[in-house]
Amino acid sequence: MSPRRRVAAIALAVLASARLAAQVVDRTKPPALTPLPPLKLPTVQTATLPNGLTLAVVEMHKVPVVDVQVLVDAGAARDPGDLPGLATFTALMLEQGAGTRGALAVADEAAFLGAQLNTTATLDGAVASLHVPRRRLEAALDLLADVVLRPSFPDSEVARQRELRGAQLVQQRDEPVAVANIAFPAIVYGPGHPYGHPLNGTDAATAALTRDRVAAFYRSYYRPNAARMLIVGDITLAQARGLLAARFGAWEQGDVPGLAGGSAPAPATRAVYLIDKPGAAQSVIRIGHVGPARSTPDWYALEVLNTILGGAFTSRLNQNLRETHGYTYGAFSQFAARRLAGAFVALASVVTAKTDSSLVEFLKELRRIRDEPVPDPELAKAKAYLTLGLPGDFETTVGTAGRFREVLSYALPLDYYDRYVDRIGAVTAADVQRVARQYIDPDHFDIVVVGDKAHIEAGIRALNEGPIVYRDLWGQEIK
Amino acid sequence: MMPRMVRAGAVMVGLLAGAARLSAQTLRVPYTTFTLPNGLQVLLHEDHSVPVVAVNTWYHVGSSDERAGRTGFAHLFEHIMFMGSAHVPTGEFDRLLEAAGADNNGSTTEDRTNYYEDGPANALPLMLYLDSDRLGFLLPEITADKVDIQRGVVQNERRQSYENRPYGLAQENILDRLYPPNHPYHWPVIGSMQDLQAATLEDVRRFFQTYYTPNNATVAIAGDISPRDARALVERYFGDIPRGPAVTRTPPPAVHLTAGVAAVLEDRVQLPRVYDAWHTVKAFADDDAVLDVVANVLAGGRSSRLYRRLVYELQIATDVAAFQDGSRIDGKFEIFATARPGHELAELQRVIDEELEKLAAEGPTAREVERARNTFEAQFLSRMERVGGFGGKADQLNFYNYFVGSPDYFQKDLDRYGRVTAAGVQRAVKTYLTGAHRVVLSVVPQGKPELGVKP
Repeated sequence: MSPRRRVAAIALAVLASARLAAQVVDRTKPPALTPLPPLKLPTVQTATLPNGLTLAVVEMHKVPVVDVQVLVDAGAARDPGDLPGLATFTALMLEQGAGTRGALAVADEAAFLGAQLNTTATLDGAVASLHVPRRRLEAALDLLADVVLRPSFPDSEVARQRELRGAQLVQQRDEPVAVANIAFPAIVYGPGHPYGHPLNGTDAATAALTRDRVAAFYRSYYRPNAARMLIVGDITLAQARGLLAARFGAWEQGDVPGLAGGSAPAPATRAVYLIDKPGAAQSVIRIGHVGPARSTPDWYALEVLNTILGGAFTSRLNQNLRETHGYTYGAFSQFAARRLAGAFVALASVVTAKTDSSLVEFLKELRRIRDEPVPDPELAKAKAYLTLGLPGDFETTVGTAGRFREVLSYALPLDYYDRYVDRIGAVTAADVQRVARQYIDPDHFDIVVVGDKAHIEAGIRALNEGPIVYRDLWGQEIK
Repeated sequence: MMPRMVRAGAVMVGLLAGAARLSAQTLRVPYTTFTLPNGLQVLLHEDHSVPVVAVNTWYHVGSSDERAGRTGFAHLFEHIMFMGSAHVPTGEFDRLLEAAGADNNGSTTEDRTNYYEDGPANALPLMLYLDSDRLGFLLPEITADKVDIQRGVVQNERRQSYENRPYGLAQENILDRLYPPNHPYHWPVIGSMQDLQAATLEDVRRFFQTYYTPNNATVAIAGDISPRDARALVERYFGDIPRGPAVTRTPPPAVHLTAGVAAVLEDRVQLPRVYDAWHTVKAFADDDAVLDVVANVLAGGRSSRLYRRLVYELQIATDVAAFQDGSRIDGKFEIFATARPGHELAELQRVIDEELEKLAAEGPTAREVERARNTFEAQFLSRMERVGGFGGKADQLNFYNYFVGSPDYFQKDLDRYGRVTAAGVQRAVKTYLTGAHRVVLSVVPQGKPELGVKP
């Protein structure tokens, strides 16, 4: 879910004083603000190459830089059951030798061009991204095309990256936040769902990664008919089409299988999943369950709901746990934007001694948002925050690319942001309460706590908010 | 959607920012400036490409101004600045800005404290109203209870960002050994738990009156503004705030290590990590940019020398990093690398030393220097896209203004990198990074101090 912005008619937009000079300042109330000019956002233009590759171009000519993103339907939700982590590993391998260059030469060339080149995968897609000064764009696109179209996947590099990932998985277990972020989806979705496994795989799966599996995954999913290119910056549609047709026009189509939906387990009765980190200074808390897909028509109401609950600094969770109680450096919530059902999660890292008190406050807020209608000023503030600042999200090429990436990834209409303000503006307090009751279900929360068991277990038990279940650092049952 | 987790990035390393020249193009950030009778300096920059405005305020006070027993106070005070002022009840600062579609944040370093508000262009009067109220009228609203709340928040920031993060206490252990106790960089910006606990309302009052004065601050306003209107607004909201006493500072003692220092820190980690740290030069000193290039040649990405040896070829490390950190009074250079399972820090240290000796003996290739220059050039250019936030144009105007006395220093800053030569890199490595005078800190699993690098 994206941050922020713009609403047409909110209380603050009134007339301002024209003469500001040296009169005595009235500090008793905040100044009235002039109305904003009509919203004007960058527009996106599209074209399609003969091989089915869609191009989306946003012209921004202030600074001579260009941001390019190749979005491929090759995310970790595609991981085969026996090989979690294959999608992210394949994305990583794109850069480890491509065209005529070896792994180090790819990195050297990108750096020499002053280009940031990255290939990664999330649950819903793989992304090869490039951010580069305009005058080096052509050479950088040559490199990007090699990486996306002609990765060589040398055996030696597969072995090298496999070993490195194995060591990184060891490191990850020392990091309580990383542990929580892996355990939470494992518990919420379970092993049968495409979102239930760790993005970067497991120890056993990492050891089983081979060139053949990487190459087969690449052949299946890296196809122009299952990809989109987003180009944002100091370039025109015609220029972009010419440059990209020359480099990506020969990318061969293929039959890309549909994404299996999978099914989340039936919601379990509320329980606390405790993962022991002896000596931890804080407890890392994740509270939630499976939520809606990004495509739900309730998304606008959910954005408003989440802004009130935990999406901004003045949201209820942060005001309560941080600004009123001082239990944490920050408490937030989100509905994850996903193609399949994303998760709802409320989260914070809290001082060990206040773990139980923090859970009490979390549950209090998560119940209150359902039980009581949201007061008008709070609703207005959230809607204003989401809409008034919208232009700021489109200030940089990277920011603009991020917003349009959401449009392309979730098949939203191209004029999505032009209609956004009105859609958010239409959300009522009743809508917020309705979606709160529909999509936040305290009776079925999975509460994951990564912390020092010896110091927090008794307090959590005394809350009587559900049974305590012990899990390992992967969120799995302890054998 | 994870907004402002951070209210205070304790350590902001290597602020390398600004604009850039690519080929014949010279990028500038034109500004106008004026100073109010009370000493408040103002910088205005117009950029009408997007209807947003950024207000960025630097107070010339940081953790290096803290007194003994009160480490971390400058940063704690930064948090207290959000707790309300005489005409703005607690919580309203954030609520009013969000209701106007604006974001805000603050951060503290050794040298300065900054605050920003970013939002739609029409919110400028609100931003200045709020900022002026907390500069002119903070104390009546601050109580011991409010100090306690933010003390708890900051202590949790310390837990979250340092104590509960693997290797998170390494930096304060390095500073402790690199700088003597009477040097203002001896302690970390976040401070110690005990000192945070000891802070009082009286400390707040004294700190505010000493450092939070218009004559110790600079406000940069950038974006979709009319300079004339912006100036009138500043005069209106800040004009009646009285000047404070001049800030005086005693010059810090000269620092140098007379011998190598080896230390071991036990942490809740499985893989040991070694840190090497040297005294170098302060920001914008002659060799500061040269040392940025040195860091890039050594560990800037996968084509760098240390990455290639440690991670790629020998496969004895999971990661390696290097950076020059030039601050206002002094600078340091650091390298760190994490061992893979089954490998010892001594192996990593041997390779790091070999590569330093090789670079000192032979210098970098011409391509390595050019690659680094191109990388910096591109980074400078991308920073020109944004007026607000940390490192945006408003923040950079304040940065250059305070560090070199010239707000539109973007091109001159970049030119420093254009002048770096292979011979210069070689000389800098020889001058600063060879010899025994460094701190070597080994972070090892608990109960295994023997895994540390031997002196």
